[in-house]
Amino acid sequence: MRVYKEMKASVAVAALVLTAATANAQEVEVLHWWTAGGEASALNVLKENLQAQGITWRDMPVAGGGGEAAMTALRARVTAGDAPTAVQMLGFDILDWAEQGEVLADLNEVAEAENWDEVIPEALQRFSKPDGKWIAAPVNVHSTNWVWANKSVLDELGIEQPGTWDEFIAALQKVQDSGKVALAHGGQPWQEATIFDSAVLATGGAEFYQKSMIDLDPEALGGEEMVQVFDKMAQLRGFVDDNFSGRDWNLASAMVINNEAAFQIMGDWAKGEFLNAGKVPGQDFLCFRVPGTEGNVTFNADQFVMFAQTDEGKQAAQKTMASAIESPEFQIAFNKVKGSVPARTDVSGDELDDCGKLGMQQLAEAAEAGTLLGSMGHGHANPAAVKNAMYDVITAHFNGEYDSATAAEELVNAVEAAQ
Amino acid sequence: MSVATQDSAVRTGRITRTFIYVFLIFFALFYLLPFFVMVINSLKPLGEITGGNMMALPQDWTIQPWLSAWSTAQIGVEATGLKPYFINSILMVVPAVAISTMLGALNGYILTKWTFPGHKILFGLMLFSCFIPFQIVLIPMARVLGELGLSGSTTGLILVHVVYGVGFSTLYFRNYYAAFPTELVRAAMMDGAGFFRIFWRIMLPVSGPIAVVCIIWQFTNIWNDFLFGASFAGLNAMPITVALNNLVQSSTGVKEYNVHFAGAILAALPTLLVYIVAGRYFVRGLMAGSVKG
Amino acid sequence: MAVGQTRTERDWRMRLQDWLPKLVLSPSVAMTLLFVYGFIIFTIYLSFTGSKMLPSYDWVGFDNYRRLFGLSAWTTALINLAIFASLYVTICIAIGLSLAIFLDQKIRGEGMLRPIYLYPMALSFIVTGTAWKWLLDPGIGIEHTMHLWGWETFRFDWIKNRDYAIYTLVLAAVWQSSGFVMAMFLAGLRGIDNEILKAAQIDGASNWNLYRRIVIPLLRPAFLSAFVILAHLAIKSYDLVIALTGGGPGRATELPATFMYSYTFTRNQMAVGASSAVIMLMGIAAIMVPYIYAELKEKN
Repeated sequence: MRVYKEMKASVAVAALVLTAATANAQEVEVLHWWTAGGEASALNVLKENLQAQGITWRDMPVAGGGGEAAMTALRARVTAGDAPTAVQMLGFDILDWAEQGEVLADLNEVAEAENWDEVIPEALQRFSKPDGKWIAAPVNVHSTNWVWANKSVLDELGIEQPGTWDEFIAALQKVQDSGKVALAHGGQPWQEATIFDSAVLATGGAEFYQKSMIDLDPEALGGEEMVQVFDKMAQLRGFVDDNFSGRDWNLASAMVINNEAAFQIMGDWAKGEFLNAGKVPGQDFLCFRVPGTEGNVTFNADQFVMFAQTDEGKQAAQKTMASAIESPEFQIAFNKVKGSVPARTDVSGDELDDCGKLGMQQLAEAAEAGTLLGSMGHGHANPAAVKNAMYDVITAHFNGEYDSATAAEELVNAVEAAQ
Repeated sequence: MSVATQDSAVRTGRITRTFIYVFLIFFALFYLLPFFVMVINSLKPLGEITGGNMMALPQDWTIQPWLSAWSTAQIGVEATGLKPYFINSILMVVPAVAISTMLGALNGYILTKWTFPGHKILFGLMLFSCFIPFQIVLIPMARVLGELGLSGSTTGLILVHVVYGVGFSTLYFRNYYAAFPTELVRAAMMDGAGFFRIFWRIMLPVSGPIAVVCIIWQFTNIWNDFLFGASFAGLNAMPITVALNNLVQSSTGVKEYNVHFAGAILAALPTLLVYIVAGRYFVRGLMAGSVKG
Repeated sequence: MAVGQTRTERDWRMRLQDWLPKLVLSPSVAMTLLFVYGFIIFTIYLSFTGSKMLPSYDWVGFDNYRRLFGLSAWTTALINLAIFASLYVTICIAIGLSLAIFLDQKIRGEGMLRPIYLYPMALSFIVTGTAWKWLLDPGIGIEHTMHLWGWETFRFDWIKNRDYAIYTLVLAAVWQSSGFVMAMFLAGLRGIDNEILKAAQIDGASNWNLYRRIVIPLLRPAFLSAFVILAHLAIKSYDLVIALTGGGPGRATELPATFMYSYTFTRNQMAVGASSAVIMLMGIAAIMVPYIYAELKEKN
């Protein structure tokens, strides 16, 4: 049955593509910020795949600030009336563009033929299919509530993998007493917000996360539970070394890799640093969910948003590209390198490493249970203006500007002012 | 230009001289420090850097990072290194500098030797344009480039740089030509020499010093521009600063700091070269024109 | 007949000569009017609309300005700019002038020192940002090196400190432009007639008095040019902040230029960004218009 379905799908797409293929040169122009190292070569897989189908790939890489520079370039291009074919985008940026009316393409034909509705988790569809129209092809799912731990440091100090928040704090304390850095952290707003995602989950679970971070309910944002969240942040702040501010996350990971620090809370892209340093998951380093957040997954997903094209050749190429992105082969090949997991839950994860397998399994479970939640720290819980307003408060609190009660109050004010 | 090498008449004692040398050398070291950090880190393997040894000299000297940054580093989906973008930048900088300098020279000539009522106001308006924050022009400029069909092209970038460079070059040439005896121009006019002939035969030959200042200034600014390059350049026009930024700023990838530093120095080579080669004429040019106010 | 023809020909040529300068100047003027003043008017207009991600044209009056001045980050940015600009301009002029005066004393190796002082101006902070960040980081930079050399009590952790981080911006900015200021002063010094100095020395003036009473007053035009160039660099400082601190720790080093970019392009509040740009433009005009006025009047 399944095989039949897939066959039907590919035939349908092939037909779709063929009808337009004859008219114009097929070409996609892709704006993205996977500009260096492994992730760029991973994207090359997609490029070669498309080239094999006779589609020219015009690359348009613009890095900087987690896509901020690329978004500025995109605005310039759209204003110039010269939108790229496909643009890498995250979370609420997609919805903001969807609101701009007719600038985005419609992928429903491809999606229907390939049954995206079934295989892509609903939490992602909130972004790729607003108002019932597919406008984007999700590439991967990163999750942010991970702890990366140096196994030899833990073994040396006789620390077991912590299972609850209190055990985690006890473990951190033990490391700190030994003279090593307990928590490797870089003081940049997005890194603090990444930790904050987990602190919210560990305090009030998925329901509280939904209420406060996604629904932006003022009572949840300013209530007693939020004060506890900030208390947890203050706890963690106590385990960070003095030089944390401004540090790149890579250097924080390097501290864990070099036995200088025991733990880092960071999204699954951190795995790449460990693997690159020749470390083996399970043997040299451990990956586990932030204690107290098990069963929940906060995610951010990279998607390629398709912009409306007038040229028929480009329209056809765009659809082929969307279909190629969702092909199981690309999903595996890409995510193996990127450290994330496939955006569709029906592909086999056998080729991934242990952390990747674990991540895939937990993602599927969370998607099933409804505890797959958009990460606030990475723009998947609320719009950019709100997110940045939250960053301001979280960072100010983490740097000692507010106490926890004031921070919760300020959070309500900041979110209100940004809306 | 013998004045430029003329020595000061001030006499100084031995202690004062020692102090002066110490002061000068201290600042030389201060200016060199960041560059030193970049060079030593570009010559060691990545492991040595992330191993925590960032300020020390390399234990294993290697030029691999330089080769990688120039020709094999991954920039976007292509593993081309910085090489093609270097060429893009040259193709953009040379015409942009030439045109804005030429326009500046003509404007300066007109605003001093062919004045007409209102010329001061026009100059004031052009001068103020040097000082606007460029971020505000991004969106409307994108629109204009789109209308002109220049979006994403090198030509479009050249246009943008000429537009925002012409104010400074006009300032330089105007101040320089203001000191040039107008009588000579008048005499040439009497002899029947026309507008362009006077410019070509009389003004240009004496413009060497200020042209050097103007070219250095424009070259540095345009070569180092990131904002316009990132916003308006398509793939075939992308300048080296944007490529360098792509190389060093990947957000969730592994950071190869040694390659980043090598790339940074490569990207800076042309401007460094311009300063070192033309630097001695720079002070002369400043002397001749712009600082006299 | 022949004579008449020559006359009209000459008339025509005269008229052409009359029009030619204006014709040659007109493209520059047109470009400036459209791309500078046109865009400024557009920005002013945007600041009165409800634009969010892309420009929109619904009029909202002074709302954005009210919001802008209600934001604590904007106030911080303005205060930071005041601190940063005043220190930056003063220190650059002080260092630039000292270096120029000292370099003007028949220094051996001047040819080598001068490019060393000048080269930072050739580099953008995209290039040197990481190196500066490392140098200033107490864990790996200058402080760490001093500790290794045995000076254990040495402390240089300003970049990590909310109250001092702004001074590290000053440090790096001074590094970049003080050499350029040196060149401007050096040019001014070399332009001074040596006879004046010799005469003063014969009259028995000490070196100190010579510089204070005679040389420095003669450098007035160089001071003015340096001030204007530095002031405009200070207001436009953007790369520097992004490369060094990203506006942190917290938002302690936010400047108006970074504020404007972040509201316009990353926070999707374009109208608020536009209103901050208008305030910045007013600040620049407040500095520049008197200078331009003086510049033009002097030439009379």
